[in-house]
Amino acid sequence: MTAPGEDELRALVRQFAADHDPAGDRAEFLRARFDAGLAWVHFPVGLGGLGLARATQSVVDSELAAHGAPDNDPRRIGIGLGMAAPTILAHGTDEQRRRWLRPLWTGEQVWCQLFSEPGAGSDLAALGTRAVRDGDEWIVNGQKVWTSMAHEAQWAILVTRTDPDVPKHQGMTYFVCDMTAAGVEVRPLRQITGEAEFNEVFLTDVRIPDSYRLGEIGDGWRVAQTTLMNERVAIGGGPIPREAGLISAISSAWRERPEVRTPGAHAELMRLWVEAEATRITAMRLRQQLAVGAPGPEGSAAKLAFARLNQEISGFELELLGSDGLRYDDWSTSTWASERPTTVEFLGRSPGYRYLRAKGNSIEGGTSEILRNIIAERVLGLPGEIRVDKDVPWKDLAR
Amino acid sequence: MTDLLYTEVEEQLCSSVRDLLTDRAGWPSVLARTETDQPYDRALWRTLGAELGVSGLAVPERMGGHGASWREAAVVAEELGRCVAGTPFLGSAVLATALAMSAGADEIVRRFASGSANGAVVASASSVPGAPFPAAVTMTGGRLTGAVRGVIDAAAADQLLVPALDGDEPVVVAVDAGDVTRTAVTSLDLTRPLCDVTLDGARGSLIARGPAASDALDAALITGAAVLASEQLGLAQRCLEMTVDYLKSRYQFGRPIGGYQALKHRVADIWAGVSQARAVARYAAACVADGDPDMAVAASLAQAYCSPVAVKAAEECLQMHGGIGFTWEHPAHLYLKRAKADSILLGTAAAHRVRLGRLVDLPVA
Repeated sequence: MTAPGEDELRALVRQFAADHDPAGDRAEFLRARFDAGLAWVHFPVGLGGLGLARATQSVVDSELAAHGAPDNDPRRIGIGLGMAAPTILAHGTDEQRRRWLRPLWTGEQVWCQLFSEPGAGSDLAALGTRAVRDGDEWIVNGQKVWTSMAHEAQWAILVTRTDPDVPKHQGMTYFVCDMTAAGVEVRPLRQITGEAEFNEVFLTDVRIPDSYRLGEIGDGWRVAQTTLMNERVAIGGGPIPREAGLISAISSAWRERPEVRTPGAHAELMRLWVEAEATRITAMRLRQQLAVGAPGPEGSAAKLAFARLNQEISGFELELLGSDGLRYDDWSTSTWASERPTTVEFLGRSPGYRYLRAKGNSIEGGTSEILRNIIAERVLGLPGEIRVDKDVPWKDLAR
Repeated sequence: MTDLLYTEVEEQLCSSVRDLLTDRAGWPSVLARTETDQPYDRALWRTLGAELGVSGLAVPERMGGHGASWREAAVVAEELGRCVAGTPFLGSAVLATALAMSAGADEIVRRFASGSANGAVVASASSVPGAPFPAAVTMTGGRLTGAVRGVIDAAAADQLLVPALDGDEPVVVAVDAGDVTRTAVTSLDLTRPLCDVTLDGARGSLIARGPAASDALDAALITGAAVLASEQLGLAQRCLEMTVDYLKSRYQFGRPIGGYQALKHRVADIWAGVSQARAVARYAAACVADGDPDMAVAASLAQAYCSPVAVKAAEECLQMHGGIGFTWEHPAHLYLKRAKADSILLGTAAAHRVRLGRLVDLPVA
């Protein structure tokens, strides 16, 4: 069977939309969509896809959106879609793929990621959560941190230490962990904005069946690379409009409140506007590179720029607004309430929130310092850092 | 959507220009030329302009050009920026050609495009698009009088395009270079020397009058600003490459200095800036090529962004080379001087930020 062209794919989607009521039961509709191979078209047939190029997904999405079809709320299940799914696809057995991918995609089962630990942040390979074999099971003990969605998740992807006697990269094993299992305790991790987007996860004598292992014993680092390489890349998508993002907040403030205007502030405003616009055009160029299959390393430049820009703009916004900038959140009540947001919305919140939340942008998903190391070493070919831990058994590392 | 990548034709053009420049404009010869009385490499310019056809890239074929666009011209500017060679490309093939094209002076365009004459726009090097029409030269009874300081590439020009005021009315007059006084300036950028131009009753032929004259000058300055961004991009990219090469080969304290994070992180930042500058410069070139309604914004954005990136890349190149970077015998100073001069040419980043504020409804007050 040859792969369908764009017109055939469009016809296929229309037929699907005609056969399944988009206004009917949401879960029913999404399951049928998965079974029809229209979930993620670049996945194999039988696992929600049609084995097509990733770029053709936009044909399906736009056609279904035009029919008013429900989506799978991708922001809520981003970790499952972006990180767990490609790892299960690449390293899972047929049985594991059949079991986990469908409810993952429909959003019926939420996934989270148990990677970072208090003692293993930038140096993820130093992680120390122990998994010890016990017959057909593994017994896991340790602590994970910065886990989004752990409080809603049914499943987790988990990297553990299974052999402390070999150097750190060699002794790891990758599992799927049932978040409802005995011994899994999730605690909210309150952050500087006052709320708790993230969690700490304590694992105490958690029993994981060996059938939940992804990849070989001791091969966890290689499996984890698949996860980390697959941070979601937006392909296609519409053009990004000018003044999208945080720059819109200060641009609007400038236009609507002439009293905040000073020559000095104008110089700073325009400097930031130029940076924001350059970052936007770079993102468009990156998409064009991806569309022709030549992903450039500019993605790292974009993340560096995005973090710095968000921090600078939000810092400037507080100053621009003067004493109004000192009012936290909804301008009337400063409760610093500990809420559990599941997505991050910069706009629609106060400048103070933006300022504080943006501080996380240069830490989460790789600190800006580690990103600069990666650019210098992998893109520019400069010497790597001196690795004092390279040939040392994990158990003997200084900590 | 605007194509921000390089087309196959552009890639080919890039590689043939680069081959030629690698062969003919290595930095030792560029440096040696700076202290002679021939700052322009006329033989190189003849090969580039007339034989390779870069002087008429954006000119339609019916006017003797190549019928390509400012996108391709920007690719050439990028390559010229990489080697800081002394050619009148910017003054003649970009500014003067764009002005003559916009004014509909076909015969002059034809001469510039064929390489049989070089042009220059007699306006200050730091002219910003959108500024009031220059008043340094006045026309009375068909004769031009006045003095303009710091003109780009006038020394290499045969035909000068002079913006002037006839009473209150803007005009652009084409004057033979022999009919004015050109005084060479000892310039910060030795590879693109400036001239002071004095007109003392010179006569020429009128090529535009009224709004057509001010529109043509503006179009030329916008095109120039957009293409200059690609020169800055090429310069910054070359500085980055020189810096990275040096960081890998220079050993201190028993290891390559490129292994120290104090330098690695800075050079990563330069790389990130250059990556963004490439997107911004390509966008500006595409906009002027298409006559996109966004081209005024795109050109000012490109200058506001690429100027500081190029200066930073050249400054960091010098600093990371240490002592050798401060010597006359090392090319770092050629790049620094060009980068700093480029940051003032056709308006500083600050001037373009102010202009952007007007263009996108973010007024100063």
